[in-house]
Amino acid sequence: MKTVYARPKSMKEAHFHYCPGCGHGVITRLIAEVVDEMELRDKTICVAPAGCGMLLYNYFDFDTIESAHGRGAAVATGIKRVRPENLVFSYQGDGDLAAIGTAEGFHAANRGELISVIFVNNGVYGMTGGQMAPTTMLEQVTTTSPAGRDSLIQGHPVKICEVYATLDGTSYLERVAVNKPAGIIKTKKAIARAFRHQLQKTGFSLVEILSPCPTNWKMSPLDACRWVDDVMTKVFPLGLIKETKKC
Amino acid sequence: MKRLMSGNSAVGEAAVLAGCTAYFGYPITPQNELTEYMAKRIAEVPGAVFIQSESEIAAINMVLGASAAGARAMTSSSGPGISLKQEGVSYLAADELPAVIVNMMRGGPGMGNISPAQSDYLQATRGGGHGDYRTIVLAPASVQEAAELVYVAFDLADAYRNPVVILGDGMLGQMMEPVTFTSAADRPKKKYPKDYVLSGASGRPSRMIRSLLFDTKEEEEHNWKLFRKYQLMERNEVRYETFLLDDADMAVLAYGIAARIAKGAIKRLRQEGLKVGLIRPISLWPFPKKIIQETAKQLSDFFVFEMSTGQMIEDVKLSLEGKGHIHFYGRPGGVIPTPVELSRIIARHFYQSQRGKKQ
Repeated sequence: MKTVYARPKSMKEAHFHYCPGCGHGVITRLIAEVVDEMELRDKTICVAPAGCGMLLYNYFDFDTIESAHGRGAAVATGIKRVRPENLVFSYQGDGDLAAIGTAEGFHAANRGELISVIFVNNGVYGMTGGQMAPTTMLEQVTTTSPAGRDSLIQGHPVKICEVYATLDGTSYLERVAVNKPAGIIKTKKAIARAFRHQLQKTGFSLVEILSPCPTNWKMSPLDACRWVDDVMTKVFPLGLIKETKKC
Repeated sequence: MKRLMSGNSAVGEAAVLAGCTAYFGYPITPQNELTEYMAKRIAEVPGAVFIQSESEIAAINMVLGASAAGARAMTSSSGPGISLKQEGVSYLAADELPAVIVNMMRGGPGMGNISPAQSDYLQATRGGGHGDYRTIVLAPASVQEAAELVYVAFDLADAYRNPVVILGDGMLGQMMEPVTFTSAADRPKKKYPKDYVLSGASGRPSRMIRSLLFDTKEEEEHNWKLFRKYQLMERNEVRYETFLLDDADMAVLAYGIAARIAKGAIKRLRQEGLKVGLIRPISLWPFPKKIIQETAKQLSDFFVFEMSTGQMIEDVKLSLEGKGHIHFYGRPGGVIPTPVELSRIIARHFYQSQRGKKQ
């Protein structure tokens, strides 16, 4: 019989803790599929964040380490410099990378560290209950922007890919979304491309993934998927932002 | 062969000889010579890593990554930077990862100044960051001892899989003294199990390093496990030096550079016939309680001298458990008292307590 669907070898037998309709589960699985298909399981080291992705080490069946909130790129730097032959990636949310870990991410990118960052942008602090993130949309209501995000008071959504594109150390930056099948296929390809950039030592690679968070957006999973298209992609346009060399 | 070196440079050289292959630092006075030394020296070691990080927070997290990847990793700073590193030190302790952290203390709090002080004793000996943990703290009093304690620090870090702090000060870091280094070949070879190291799950099950334990019972058990490790350290890793203590009527307690000053003061006092001795804690945590308790059987006057308003004095009080009489002299803020000044103060306390005993 032909196998059409199976658990990737790079995943443990465990139930996801992610909420229904959350994009993290899709992204977690995509990473495992890419690692399997590129036959990288025995050389991969994942840096898990603080936030909704923090239990990644319960799911991935390759080497993993937890980082303090926002420090993923620094921890990954330490690992990669000691073990340049390994594939090292950090998995970070928007609060993690674009707020508390701004300096660590920015400077790892600027140094051209040969690491990959899987940056999950869902516009809120998910794990702590839906507070405003640096990537929250203008007028978006969160528990800490109850009147909606006001640019005069809370500033504007941070566009990590566009900021990093100005840094000469970055070699591959792409923004994708996991709100529909076509986007999921593109996301998988982007993750693989980021890993290829790392293995070919072209520079720092990052995939920004727009991801629905129905729980904290207070929407049905379907509405959340639509909201990614209707609202998020207007501020965070999808597509290749930068690639210095085809990989 | 003796080399004339600053304490900062000597710590760097000793670290490389101890097998440190990953150093991450951020500029701050009075420890810059150490970062600068490592920038040059690490380049001579094949495969070794030096990064001037974007912040002390980044540096300690790079240390965490490098340590998890199996390297002997080190960072260094001074007070304000050490405060920033405490987040990472807490994670290192929780993850049970070895690392060496050097603090060349300066005047504080806040920006303070860049003069030598012993302002961070409590921060260093009480863990420093959040959570229920301890770090071994070693306090050298000379450039030679600084170099030797660096070898010890890396071995202890590996043996206990715990961060180890070298607590010096701006004077130790910047003064130059002759120093001899023992090469790795001349030191006893020790092997430490590296079954936690992340190298890729090739031919073995995957590994994870984490400190998050949602299950309260698991977290409690992890805390007790760490506690048992700290108990072992308290039993096995106490280090101190005594000086002219056998016949003393008064024991001075001082560490690091303050102990050097105290030795000079004691030599002067001895010339005047005052029987004063010295207990110099080398490991500040674990603290040498026993020698203090034993000394309390021989004499009752303890004179604590610190370049702070009094921090180690708390450990002396805890060690004495209400016994004896504790005198104190402190010079905080980066002031370095001379042995003459200190000897006069000690003499005054000595005579006052002798008079008190006669009455």
